[in-house]
Amino acid sequence: MKVASSEIKFDVESIRKDFPILSREVNGKPLVYFDNAATSQTPRQVIDAIVDYYSRYNANIHRGVHTLSQEATDAYEAARRKIQKHFNAAKSHEIIFTSGTTNAINLVASGFSTLLQEGDEVIVSALEHHSNIVPWQMLCEKTGAKLKVIPMNDQGMLRMDEFQKLLSEKTKLVFVNHVSNALGTVNPIGDIIKSAHKVGAAVLVDGAQAAPHIKADVQELDVDFYVVSAHKMCGPTGVGVLYGKEEWLKKLPPYQGGGEMIATVTFEKTTYADLPHKFEAGTPNICGGIAFGAALDYMNKIGFEAIAAYEHELLEYATEKLLEIENLRIYGTSAEKTAVISFNIGEIHPYDIGTIIDKLGIAVRTGHHCAQPVMDYYKIPGTVRASFAFYNTKEEIDSFVEAVKRAKNMLS
Amino acid sequence: MSNIKKIQEEIVEEFEMFDDWMQRYEHMIELGKSLPLIEEKYKTEDNLIKGCQSKVWVHAELQGDRLIFTADSDAIITKGIIAILVRAYSNQHPKDILEADTAFIDEIGLKEHLSPTRANGLVSMIKQLKMYAVAYQTQLN
Repeated sequence: MKVASSEIKFDVESIRKDFPILSREVNGKPLVYFDNAATSQTPRQVIDAIVDYYSRYNANIHRGVHTLSQEATDAYEAARRKIQKHFNAAKSHEIIFTSGTTNAINLVASGFSTLLQEGDEVIVSALEHHSNIVPWQMLCEKTGAKLKVIPMNDQGMLRMDEFQKLLSEKTKLVFVNHVSNALGTVNPIGDIIKSAHKVGAAVLVDGAQAAPHIKADVQELDVDFYVVSAHKMCGPTGVGVLYGKEEWLKKLPPYQGGGEMIATVTFEKTTYADLPHKFEAGTPNICGGIAFGAALDYMNKIGFEAIAAYEHELLEYATEKLLEIENLRIYGTSAEKTAVISFNIGEIHPYDIGTIIDKLGIAVRTGHHCAQPVMDYYKIPGTVRASFAFYNTKEEIDSFVEAVKRAKNMLS
Repeated sequence: MSNIKKIQEEIVEEFEMFDDWMQRYEHMIELGKSLPLIEEKYKTEDNLIKGCQSKVWVHAELQGDRLIFTADSDAIITKGIIAILVRAYSNQHPKDILEADTAFIDEIGLKEHLSPTRANGLVSMIKQLKMYAVAYQTQLN
């Protein structure tokens, strides 16, 4: 992944022109947006797709015989195929539109509540986002299954030796994120999937933090479920995708009842629609799905390899600059990580740093990042998290580091 | 004019001397250092104010007919904010605390902290002080 800067033909200035929000000011200073792991910004091309939908062909899909409905259906299904192609799913009906990653995880958890029984085991990792812990706790409470946790080490990496010990014929499900949201660690999901399959367990990978940086090939990974949110990858909020292997999606019962997910309904019996509609009850976020397709087009045009190489360059530059600050500690030092830096300075509360640098126009996230188990491991209340995207620049990193230094002076 | 109003005006005048946000924040951080600190034994779950990204503890006790607040926070800016509130509301009659308004927060340039999305929970802090006042007001009656 390491590419020397001279080899990169990455025209960040022209890319920045695609993002209207990047030219705004915050507190009288140019915005420096380093909260990309929370949500990414939206390029004009995606905004245009949204405006185009509502201006030209807003209609409900899959039912209407009129032209608008057919155009909307075509565009929505075309977006599904774009997503299928992007993640290299074997079939387009293995792509289920959801309202986001959390919703997709809950869909799978709810489905598994009918498949698990007492004595079964579910494994999650210590690096999980709360949204990937709570649904499984609820599932285990409901079914009597046991929740086991893969521990982490000081570098913020999963302890694969411990993971191997947790696996047994009782293991039915393994849940792990592809990339940790709090630390940016890239987890060895390939190995996790292989090991889990050996004992017959299914694997769900939360790809929310990985998808903006790494193009996952679900067939090559042989993953059973992979979930993402559009808003982390230049798309709109409120839409995401569950990829599931056909055999698993057929096994899981429908998640929500309603229109669209049925084949026939009488008061005696309802038969469910085929995939993917079985899991898509009600009118979906049509515009969101179409805009997600536009976001993938946009990112693929730039190219994920180019994005990853450029972001890696930003990460190395920022890491080096930040470490010049005395008493600054970076959490998550795995060699394999995305462009995320989680840090604290001495005893200064992350909230204080976040507040001061916001005054200087810089947007970062502070707090526990919905990953309290990770914070507990390091015995800290939280961190300051700067997360970079391909539209960020080294100049912005310079402003950010200066701002952090100013905050440090004020606060110590 | 109530005592609280007088103190609030004093605080506003102090903050008016500063030209920019940085000086205001520096002053707030200074004020945090003069906060009457809560005793360690009162740093309990019950005295923790919910809705803050940093931890804020507030303890109240009645001395005569006046309510005395002590507090602390693990974040410096939050400590400054609670110090400003304690300065205005501590050593006052519960009834006056209940009647006091909070317009002065806006006047000292901390309006952004009143937004409901703000992680420091200034709104929760004010609510908590008033809750104590309600409780002790009932005791006094």
